[in-house]
Amino acid sequence: MAALSIRALSKRYANLEVLKDIALDIESGEFTVLVGPSGCGKSTLLNIVAGLDRPSAGTIEIGGRVVNDVAPKDRDIAMVFQSYALYPSMTVRQNITFGMECRHVPKTAQDAAVANVAKLLQIEPLLGRKPSQLSGGQRQRVAMGRALVRDPLLFLFDEPLSNLDAKLRVEMRMEIKRLHQRIGATIVYVTHDQIEAMTMATRIAVMHQGRVQQFADPDTVYRYPANLFVARFMGSPPMNTMPARLESDKDGLVAVIGAGRPDEVRLRLRDYDGAAPFVGRDVVVGIRPECIAEGSRAFSGEAPVLVEAPVDMVEPTGAETMVSLRLGGEPAMARISPDIRPAPGASASFALDTRRICLFDPETERLIA
Amino acid sequence: MSNAAAIRPGRPALPEWVRRLPEYLTIWVPLLLSAAHLVSFSLWTIWISFTPSTLIPVTGWVGLRNYTAVAASRNWQIAFDNLLLFGCAFVVLSAATGLILAILLDQRIRGENVLRSIFLYPLAVSFVVTGTVWSWLLNPGLGIQKLVHDLGWTSFRFDWLIDRDMAIWTIVIAAIWQSSGFAMALFLAGLRSVDADIIKAAQIDGAGPVRIYRRIILPSLWPITITVVVIQLQFAISTFDLVRALTNGGPGIATQLPALVVYDLMFQRSLLGRGAAAAVLMLLILLAVLLPYAAWRYLQRRRAAHA
Repeated sequence: MAALSIRALSKRYANLEVLKDIALDIESGEFTVLVGPSGCGKSTLLNIVAGLDRPSAGTIEIGGRVVNDVAPKDRDIAMVFQSYALYPSMTVRQNITFGMECRHVPKTAQDAAVANVAKLLQIEPLLGRKPSQLSGGQRQRVAMGRALVRDPLLFLFDEPLSNLDAKLRVEMRMEIKRLHQRIGATIVYVTHDQIEAMTMATRIAVMHQGRVQQFADPDTVYRYPANLFVARFMGSPPMNTMPARLESDKDGLVAVIGAGRPDEVRLRLRDYDGAAPFVGRDVVVGIRPECIAEGSRAFSGEAPVLVEAPVDMVEPTGAETMVSLRLGGEPAMARISPDIRPAPGASASFALDTRRICLFDPETERLIA
Repeated sequence: MSNAAAIRPGRPALPEWVRRLPEYLTIWVPLLLSAAHLVSFSLWTIWISFTPSTLIPVTGWVGLRNYTAVAASRNWQIAFDNLLLFGCAFVVLSAATGLILAILLDQRIRGENVLRSIFLYPLAVSFVVTGTVWSWLLNPGLGIQKLVHDLGWTSFRFDWLIDRDMAIWTIVIAAIWQSSGFAMALFLAGLRSVDADIIKAAQIDGAGPVRIYRRIILPSLWPITITVVVIQLQFAISTFDLVRALTNGGPGIATQLPALVVYDLMFQRSLLGRGAAAAVLMLLILLAVLLPYAAWRYLQRRRAAHA
């Protein structure tokens, strides 16, 4: 059953169209992440799903029921906010029970529910405190407790981790994922952080300029980005995208970066039949940084394409060395072994994994193959 | 400072005290002047209150005789009772009026700016003007009562201004009219500073507007409420011009307030010593309000610094 269905939804503020023809079907139990740069409309979409904002057109169904005209409290949802939005004058316990108090749940049932949630989130010792006496991570837990205690059809998370420091963010990220696995809730989670999206989601909706650019599972989004925006947004560092020319010879297709230059790079493509109509035309080649490595690397046993390329800069990160280089004159990032440090300014040998190359149409910016 | 001099090599460096002269002048001169006025005249008043001074200050020591005389006088007793009644009624009612106005204005209504200005405008009017205008409005032969009579309801009575028991309420009314806009402005700022996400969370939790105000917004307003109450209390204790213009303490001495007693003793009866004693008593009442407030502010700031 679809827990959430959004159809033909748009939102306009005066002359500004912030959401355009959004359609999403989210199955029960899915962890969907809406990700995109700030201003892409993801938070507006979440607010519309919550009923805190009204759409200009389109329908929203939660649990098979059209909720366009249903008040937020009757939509069977719970929401966790970026600022946590805890009620400052109430204790943690009162924060958690406030919703039940509004729905006139009997006191004994309230106590049982609080005990349950407090145990799940390990916030039992905090129940008597006020929000001002809690740390950021504790507030985050309480905010989640307030949502969990409702046991709704749909959880909405609005950038819940962006106010935490980096270490705590990673911890809470894992905790939320574990929580999702344990209780099997349906979650719609908004973030601008593509790593959060990749690590937590069962499906990612990448948004840009009020449209859903791609809605797929994380591997698909990463491996086959639907267009250049997704390719350049997902991944850190993102996919290298370079203009190239598609040629064909007796062995099949070849993408040539910097065609005609003395240092042109010829990438032989196998199983890219979908790109045949683009032979003889310009394309955009996309290569993930991890598909460019030091010359001695063998990708899954196959003989890689070896390229001599000038190195611009070297950034050791400890776990790996990031190298900015030029392929056929085009700038690219490579991810090489941590113990290898090519000299900036000199040339070095790099191995390219050509099986995971993406080709994009430079005009429509869409994925070709 | 020394860096600024160092990077301008063309000019010889001025001595430190010359360069800092503007700072010294702007800080110390006003500070010394106000300290001289405030502290020295306060001390002088306190000293006078222990002397037998009448028309002119004289030395001598009479102990607490001036205080006992003032405290025993009917004038002061009525003034003190009036101050209690006026202070409490005015502070509570003006804060309540201000809060209600602020909540009404907070409903994102059209014309909010205009209404806000209208409610705040009385604050720009001098107390003497307020007192005079309300003395006309409340005058049975001129104001509201006359208006209602002229409209045909001839048995209507609204003569609190000349009623011994009710006259103090006319001062309450005028003072509320004057300063509830101020309370409204503070409360409105407090209402607007509540995080919008908290309201959204409460909506999703299923709280209606009344419950959101009662359980979430109003509890967050109490620091502002204390500020409003203290500021209004200060004003209430030192009220002089409003009463002077509205009732002049009358009818009889029914609306006497401490500041009027001080004025009466010092400048009309030429009893400097007793007037000073009454003034010191007023100062003590004021301190009884301000010292707890200062202590509370100090604790708040310390707690904020620790959090």
